[in-house]
Amino acid sequence: MSAVAEIPIAAPAARKAGNWLLVATVILLSAWVLLPIYLLIVNALSSPEEVTAFPKRFFPSFDFGSLSFFINFAGVGRALWNSVLVATLTMILSIGFGAPAGYALSRFDFPGKGTFRFLVLMTRAFPLPLLALPLAVMFIRTGLDDTAIGLALVHTTLALPFAVLITFSLFSGIPVELEEAAWTLGCTRLQAFRKVILPLALPGIAASAVFAFTISWNEVFAAAVLTIENRTLTAFLLQSLGESPLYLKFAGGAALVIPALIFIFAVRKYLFAMWGIANR
Amino acid sequence: MHGKALPYLLLMPATLFLCVFFLYPFALVAFEAFTRDGGFTLDNFRTMTGNWRFPVAFWNTILLATIVVPIQLVMALLMATVVSRLEAGRGAALYIFAIPLGISDLAAGLIWLAIFDQSGFLNTLLSNLGLVDRPVMFLGYQSKLTIFVAVVLAEIWRATAIMMVILVAGMGLIPREYHEAAEVFGASPWKRFVKITLPLLRPSLQTAIILRVILAFEVFAVVAALGGTNLPVLMGETYNWQFSLQDRNVAAAFALLILAISVGLTLFFMRVLRVPKEARI
Repeated sequence: MSAVAEIPIAAPAARKAGNWLLVATVILLSAWVLLPIYLLIVNALSSPEEVTAFPKRFFPSFDFGSLSFFINFAGVGRALWNSVLVATLTMILSIGFGAPAGYALSRFDFPGKGTFRFLVLMTRAFPLPLLALPLAVMFIRTGLDDTAIGLALVHTTLALPFAVLITFSLFSGIPVELEEAAWTLGCTRLQAFRKVILPLALPGIAASAVFAFTISWNEVFAAAVLTIENRTLTAFLLQSLGESPLYLKFAGGAALVIPALIFIFAVRKYLFAMWGIANR
Repeated sequence: MHGKALPYLLLMPATLFLCVFFLYPFALVAFEAFTRDGGFTLDNFRTMTGNWRFPVAFWNTILLATIVVPIQLVMALLMATVVSRLEAGRGAALYIFAIPLGISDLAAGLIWLAIFDQSGFLNTLLSNLGLVDRPVMFLGYQSKLTIFVAVVLAEIWRATAIMMVILVAGMGLIPREYHEAAEVFGASPWKRFVKITLPLLRPSLQTAIILRVILAFEVFAVVAALGGTNLPVLMGETYNWQFSLQDRNVAAAFALLILAISVGLTLFFMRVLRVPKEARI
């Protein structure tokens, strides 16, 4: 994506004032995003007494009382592990199903392409976590209830459309001529894909995998509906919202937020490229 | 390999998956909403609408969406415009603005709980400024308005990022020659924004608005974290009927209502913000 650069025509003084306004706006908006996160982290890095104290300080005391309470709280370790497990399965499933579809959409013209694209786009119009309600019954019948794989299947429904769109835009960005050159040099279609296209697409595929991981990591409703014993961290926190002490909530919130910061940093380049194509 | 079959082979896994885990459960939820003990009935919907919490939840959800989405649209446009004019630090600003995209609604609710809770940072700030001498209870069952305000702020904070990302991507696709030409003819920045950026951004605006409106009707965990059950919303009621009241059929009726609203609004915005094929860039 290219920046819409300004051509300096306006008078220098006016431009300077405009620049100051621009910088001030950016700082203000950044503060709006970052300050609330900072305050949550302050709470997570304070002792339980400090969290419930009033008035409180705006700087962390780096007392790990809240965090150690959180880590040692019954069920947290397991919930964390379940979150990672479900998100990893979601990532594998959505890339495994989505990437071939994305490749097919970018390279072939065939009857039914429009229908498939419509099916994928329709999923965006549905509140998908709701589909967990009827699936709960089906899962009980098939023994998938309360398992990581069962929840991962529902989360894949959420992540799959995005995986298809991202890989579609990814493969569309790689010239088909590269592939054709490999064919004339004696590669089969599969070899050409493996040796030429895949290495070029791999960073983007990794980014869409992280995106799928994030979607699953953050999902609350389906996780809370489909798991009872094997709760993910979000489901665990949701169900203990009523009775758990404040410092447990905040430490749990921080445990949810920190990975999110890393995920978004990892995929920041692809976020914008992907929507550029997915919009049309 | 046989060229004709290959694309279908590649699409097969995703298609089958979407049929089993998207179309089939959709049919099931519709079926469950219209039946009870094996027979067709509208009782589930009557039970749903007859419950005293239903109108409250319904209007809360609508009110939230109508307040939150326009504010988000303006903020996302501001963020995208500001970022596109930035020369230094553009990447950093984009990353910071995009952060909430990775944060779950539950975490966002907890973040704003840290601010609005009775021993939270807002009360501390107010007392430091000498405005209150005792902590105010912002999120109690008697303070519906402040709960609502807190949810609005948390929603705006959390979900503006997705609109911003879509709009930044869309602005990147607008050829800069248009802006340069307009500038040569002396159009002011505001005029360029209204006459060039906005019309050419329509496909992205459409995607952003549709996606955000749908997500606004799914509001759930933010409310659960901030208001508990003091601020009923549709998704929360669905959860209640499924769990506390153990009535799958009424939960399915709720689900179907949310689905119907989402699909209806999607179709509405697709028509209103329709972009003719030849007008796309």
